Amino acid sequence: MSNARRPGYAEPWQDPAEEPFVRIEGVTKTYGKVYAVDDVSLDVFRGEFFSLLGGSGCGKSTLLRVLAGFEVPDRGRVLIDGVDMTRVPPYLRPVNMMFQSYALFPHMTVAENVAFGLKQDGLPKAAIADRVRQMLDLVRLGGLEKRKPDQLSGGQRQRVALARALAKQPKLLLLDEPLGALDKKLREHTQFELVNIQERVGTTFIMVTHDQEEAMTMSSRIAVMDAGRIVQVSTPSNLYEYPATRFVASFIGAVNIFNATVLSQDGDRVLARAHDLGIDVVARSGQPIPAGIDIGIAIRPEKIDVAEEAPTRADNVIDGKVVEIAYLGDVSIYHVETAGGAILRVQETHAARSADPHYNWGDRLYLVWNAADAAVLTS
Amino acid sequence: MWATVVADLFRFVGTWGREIRDSRGRHLVTALPLLYLVAFFLVPFLFVLKISFATSTIGQPPYTPLFAWGEDGALTIRLVFENYRALLGDPLYVGAYLNSLWFATVATVVCLLIGYPIAYGIARARPAVRVVLLVLVILPFWTSSLLRSYALIGILRTNGVLNQLLMGLGIIDQPLEILHTNFAVHIGIVYNYLPFMILPLVATLMRLDFTLLEAAADLGARPASAFLRVTLPLSIPGIVAGSLLVFIPAVGEFVIPDLLGGPDSLTIGRVLWTEFFTNRDWPLAAAVAVAMLALIVIPIMLFEWLNERESRRDEGRASGAP
Repeated sequence: MSNARRPGYAEPWQDPAEEPFVRIEGVTKTYGKVYAVDDVSLDVFRGEFFSLLGGSGCGKSTLLRVLAGFEVPDRGRVLIDGVDMTRVPPYLRPVNMMFQSYALFPHMTVAENVAFGLKQDGLPKAAIADRVRQMLDLVRLGGLEKRKPDQLSGGQRQRVALARALAKQPKLLLLDEPLGALDKKLREHTQFELVNIQERVGTTFIMVTHDQEEAMTMSSRIAVMDAGRIVQVSTPSNLYEYPATRFVASFIGAVNIFNATVLSQDGDRVLARAHDLGIDVVARSGQPIPAGIDIGIAIRPEKIDVAEEAPTRADNVIDGKVVEIAYLGDVSIYHVETAGGAILRVQETHAARSADPHYNWGDRLYLVWNAADAAVLTS
Repeated sequence: MWATVVADLFRFVGTWGREIRDSRGRHLVTALPLLYLVAFFLVPFLFVLKISFATSTIGQPPYTPLFAWGEDGALTIRLVFENYRALLGDPLYVGAYLNSLWFATVATVVCLLIGYPIAYGIARARPAVRVVLLVLVILPFWTSSLLRSYALIGILRTNGVLNQLLMGLGIIDQPLEILHTNFAVHIGIVYNYLPFMILPLVATLMRLDFTLLEAAADLGARPASAFLRVTLPLSIPGIVAGSLLVFIPAVGEFVIPDLLGGPDSLTIGRVLWTEFFTNRDWPLAAAVAVAMLALIVIPIMLFEWLNERESRRDEGRASGAP
């Protein structure tokens, strides 16, 4: 997974002196008896490209609508740039939103759509025309000013929506599944373009997405949501390498998780009995974990090495039989069944060109991984 | 009702022509309704047109023939324009036309003002509630318009329900004279035609994507501004359809002005009735009818033509797309 963000990006959330730009404090929103958003607190810093990631119904869209002002939370507060916005109607917030359906006004041209908010503010005509041209240049739509939305392609409509949302120079831009309606190729291209635009205008972006790859590529930080709550907030690489829960580990990327009981801990090395594998494994944890506790151990498929001979020195080794092979070009995925019946997913990168697979169905092989690459999941 | 049919016919012929251009097979399907309209509308209309150019005589039929074979074997066509001149010259007819247009205009505007909020409410209601509300709008149509007009007499007359209610509540001391005034005609026409305004508006407003209003609010538009800049422009098709459905039949309305109006509530419908049945002057009555059609159809054709030109211009712009 690549990241579109440039290196050297400051990490304001690491700096205790930095004031958060958007503050969500204990926000709860219920529909009847359903908790759409359940006591969520979150800080987003100026200039961030922040993502709310989760499956459908996890509350991410409701949280975004609370930020936009379309929903008033039952409890909690929303502060933007230090001002309490909880009960401020959407038309008075310094916030603009890019809608999932784009919500372009069908009776207006591209230029009129982009100018809508500026006209609403009563700007002089010349200033509006200037700003519209600037915005359309930014999203590379110059020359299409006079088109109506139904005369545009999906990608062009998406960019009009972005230009319209940015035209008023909002303090905060909300994006609801901004790339959801685009086809795969265009989506990948647009991911980078969107990050580029965000870095150029410097506006704080908060994006809602269900696509973990999209969130990983674009975000400075990601909040993973489940059942109305935030499960973990971290940078893309941290979420991937150090997931806090089984949900996060399995939601982001592929992973092998097995149940285990802690036997002992020596420094950051945790020895645990893996019931599904029938062996004892070693994993790393920064926190002290008492013996006897049930944990999950997560290991990513690409962090497992494959060997034909049993290695002499390794943290964790288990042997098994290849039961499935998926050749994907850049990598191959093997499903390996252990003696105990557990199936592990292993990924092998094809660094050198060869048309022959290394392993075949039914081959016996050894799976090897380091303790440092296996994460301990306590919940 | 005739007027509606004419308007439909012209629109239909227009669409038909376009469809032949677009797809050659489709005109077979449209031929059947076209035949129907020719047989039951266009041909009778030509009869009426023919009679309007004759003079009234005593006899059967009560008008002079248009075509006659002279004794020398020559075909004589005798077109009498006297009827049309009479229409333009007599302030009675001109006044009746203006009255009719006035009644129809007031009815259209009032129906729009009352109907729009109702239609908006229905369109935004939950689907289950919406069905109930729509039934309530349509329900009065299950009784005939004539009966409903008689019921209005009972409500509006001097010692009727309305006056008794207002006096009972102590709002007025003297009964209001509403029945047999133009005001009663306005009430009657608005009451009768309101559903024709509401139904097309509901259809249009239901198609309106309400996230557009959220987008407008998000861009800084207060509710009133969002309504004027987004909702209203997008509901123009419904407003036009509803207005035509109210205006056109209201111009030719006969029953309501006759039952609820006074002697000065003279409308085209009443003039037509008098000329045809009381005076038995068929040619003049025919001229009245033709003039009324022209009065309604010409503006509609103009409107359609403008619409057509507008959409063609849009298409022209679209064809520049990659």
